[in-house]
Amino acid sequence: MIDARGLVCPMPVAMVQKEVKANAPKEVEVMVDDQCAVENITRYATNAGYAVSVDKEGTDYRLTLKK
Amino acid sequence: MKKVNWIVVIAGALVGLAAVLLTALGNPANMGFCIACFLRDIAGACSLHGAAKVQYVRPEIIGLVLGSFIMALVKGEFRAKGGSSPATRFVLGAFVMIGALAFLGCPLRMVIRLGGGDLNALVALIGFTIGIFIGVQFMKRGFSLRRNYTLGVTEGTILPVLMLGLLILVVAVPSLFKFSEAGPGSKFAPFFAALGIALVVGALAQRSRLCMVGGIRDGMMFGDFKLLYGFVAIFAVVLVGNLITGHFNLGFAGQPVAHSDHVWNLLGMLLVGWGSVLLGGCPLRQLILAGEGNSDSTVTVFGMIAGAAFAHNFGLAGVAASADAAGGVPTAGRIAVVIGIVFVLAVSLLNMPKKADA
Repeated sequence: MIDARGLVCPMPVAMVQKEVKANAPKEVEVMVDDQCAVENITRYATNAGYAVSVDKEGTDYRLTLKK
Repeated sequence: MKKVNWIVVIAGALVGLAAVLLTALGNPANMGFCIACFLRDIAGACSLHGAAKVQYVRPEIIGLVLGSFIMALVKGEFRAKGGSSPATRFVLGAFVMIGALAFLGCPLRMVIRLGGGDLNALVALIGFTIGIFIGVQFMKRGFSLRRNYTLGVTEGTILPVLMLGLLILVVAVPSLFKFSEAGPGSKFAPFFAALGIALVVGALAQRSRLCMVGGIRDGMMFGDFKLLYGFVAIFAVVLVGNLITGHFNLGFAGQPVAHSDHVWNLLGMLLVGWGSVLLGGCPLRQLILAGEGNSDSTVTVFGMIAGAAFAHNFGLAGVAASADAAGGVPTAGRIAVVIGIVFVLAVSLLNMPKKADA
């Protein structure tokens, strides 16, 4: 799981990009605490061919990226 | 996805329209909106510097912060957070301001100047893009000013409350402040019209995440051009507005509140681009984030105000060309820009992940 809580854009997307480029995983979980990061990761992951689901957990968001 | 992109385009178009409108209502030419100039004017109005030509309590800044604050509250996105290298951010904010005032404009005014046909802004755009490119290289390799943390609500409301206080004071006791009698500070749109327009723009910028740095940065890092649409929309609307109103003047010479010191226009905005990438957004975005409760951005705004005061107290700011003089960036300003570039390089290098973390 990528923990990008407390990081502002573009860092959360950069962390996801690094993981996707390095390992091309079929599934990735990302934790963020910023709505802007949710939007940016969703856009990046969708463009990279992932289906994205978002679950709100308190003030955090859990994004599940699946290919 | 398309919906989000249209929000950015609409926000950009409205910012452009607001800039044209504010200029028509009395703001300085090609300065409908300029975060650097307006923070500098507020610094002057509060006697933080003594440059008599740039002193005015700009309601645009108040409106942007409060518009963002209200929209963030309405949308449930207000969150008090901070603690991500605040002292570093303060100094970065100050140097971003010094770079912007060498060129005589923040990234937003750079786009507005481009829309007015000012080719000096094209030179600045080249420097700005180079600065962002350098910053992105560090970002790609793991640069970070570290995580922020959830803080008490008070911490997140500091800038909105200060702006509200400033608004009340300037309306109730204007004699507390200094107001320019000549120069850019003496040119302004009617106070409440500017405040109202800025409230709307602040709210829209909060929703759309509009950022002059983000567009180029995300394009370089992720091939994501969403924010760049906003940048282009501002340019297009300002260009059309200037063509309709007869204010379009293509060239380097005779541009309002500008100079043609090309090397220092380029390096000043290189500093702004690089510094803003490290900060996570342009000066406009910092105001909007501060309105959302981000106290790191509040500290950055304080740094920008301090930078503006330094720029004018120590003769660092660019001097606009006039009929008698070519203007340009004074030697002290050139030295300050170089020191700023060295500082952002040091911050970039010293905040890379350690080998064990990479």
